[in-house]
Amino acid sequence: MRRVAIVPAFNEERNIGRVVDELHAFDATLDVVVVDDGSYDRTAEVAREHGAVALTLPFNLGIGGSVQTGFRYAFEHGYDIAVRVDGDGQHDPAQLDAVLAPVLAGQVDIAVGSRFAAAGDGYRSSRSRRAGIRMLAWVVSKIVGRRVTDTTSGFQALNRNAIALFARDYPHDYPEVEATILVHRHKLRSVEVPVSMRERSSGRSSITALRSVYYMVKVLLAIFVGLFRRYATPEEGTS
Amino acid sequence: MTPLFVSIAGTVASVLLILVVLELIRSRRLQERYAILWLVTGVVLVVLSAWRDGLNTIAGWIGIRSYPPAALFAVFILFILLVLLHYSTVISRLSAQNVVLAQKLALLEAERGSDASRESTTSSTR
Repeated sequence: MRRVAIVPAFNEERNIGRVVDELHAFDATLDVVVVDDGSYDRTAEVAREHGAVALTLPFNLGIGGSVQTGFRYAFEHGYDIAVRVDGDGQHDPAQLDAVLAPVLAGQVDIAVGSRFAAAGDGYRSSRSRRAGIRMLAWVVSKIVGRRVTDTTSGFQALNRNAIALFARDYPHDYPEVEATILVHRHKLRSVEVPVSMRERSSGRSSITALRSVYYMVKVLLAIFVGLFRRYATPEEGTS
Repeated sequence: MTPLFVSIAGTVASVLLILVVLELIRSRRLQERYAILWLVTGVVLVVLSAWRDGLNTIAGWIGIRSYPPAALFAVFILFILLVLLHYSTVISRLSAQNVVLAQKLALLEAERGSDASRESTTSSTR
């Protein structure tokens, strides 16, 4: 089983080295691919110094476009399993065992680490952002027919089926919400795994207040219109 | 007062606009981020066409007394300008990115070209 870690990073020169080191500490045989989304700083160089492959995008594509670059790499290089870990250090690679377990056991095609699946988690965020996250979680849960608590988590493990789907088709901008529904519509199996996430160790989140309003409108529009699309589902016996 | 026929015609046309935009998104010929401004335009035009008192009030604000539907045209033109301006910014970004892509491609080809010439020299000396 060939495994790859996909790490999207935008101006993360202060965090990316530690993230790559922690991924190698989790599994020394894991190939680490850092997708540098047009950073102005030394993100790509630092990633290479720490033994990762760095894919440098010529300009900023946003999280959707950069993560899909990683999925394309994983698909074309024939990886069986991919994990996705954010480049800002908020995901602890030591928790990858829990996220990987249902995928390695063949139970699901994609497993997503959720901050909110476990009770009593200390994740702090602004009130409006929590309300937005909760509303999206409610809408997505209704559509996919199971409880989804964390629709914006980028802490994921995927098998070859899910890698192939995302290499071909992945949403733009802030993609995880739409991707959850995409997975459901393509009849892939998914599950949430409770994890805890760390506070960002340095730098700011790329989501500002005005952007999150635009994001909500855009995502709800995409979800609504997406309900009227037809999707290819895997043929019998391919999985 | 806005004539009833103008109101109905305006409403039908703006609802059609919204439906066409939604169908373009559904069939993936239009990305959501470029559709939002069109949808806002459609919704504003539906409201102003169907809500005749509202149109009268807005016409009053901008000093149109004789023929309130003129306010509908004014709003319509304003939104078309907004969409065009938005597209100008999009085109500017795309052309800047296109330059970067062309430059990257030239650099990549130069690297590959020097690799190829190195290979051919090693094979010819053999």
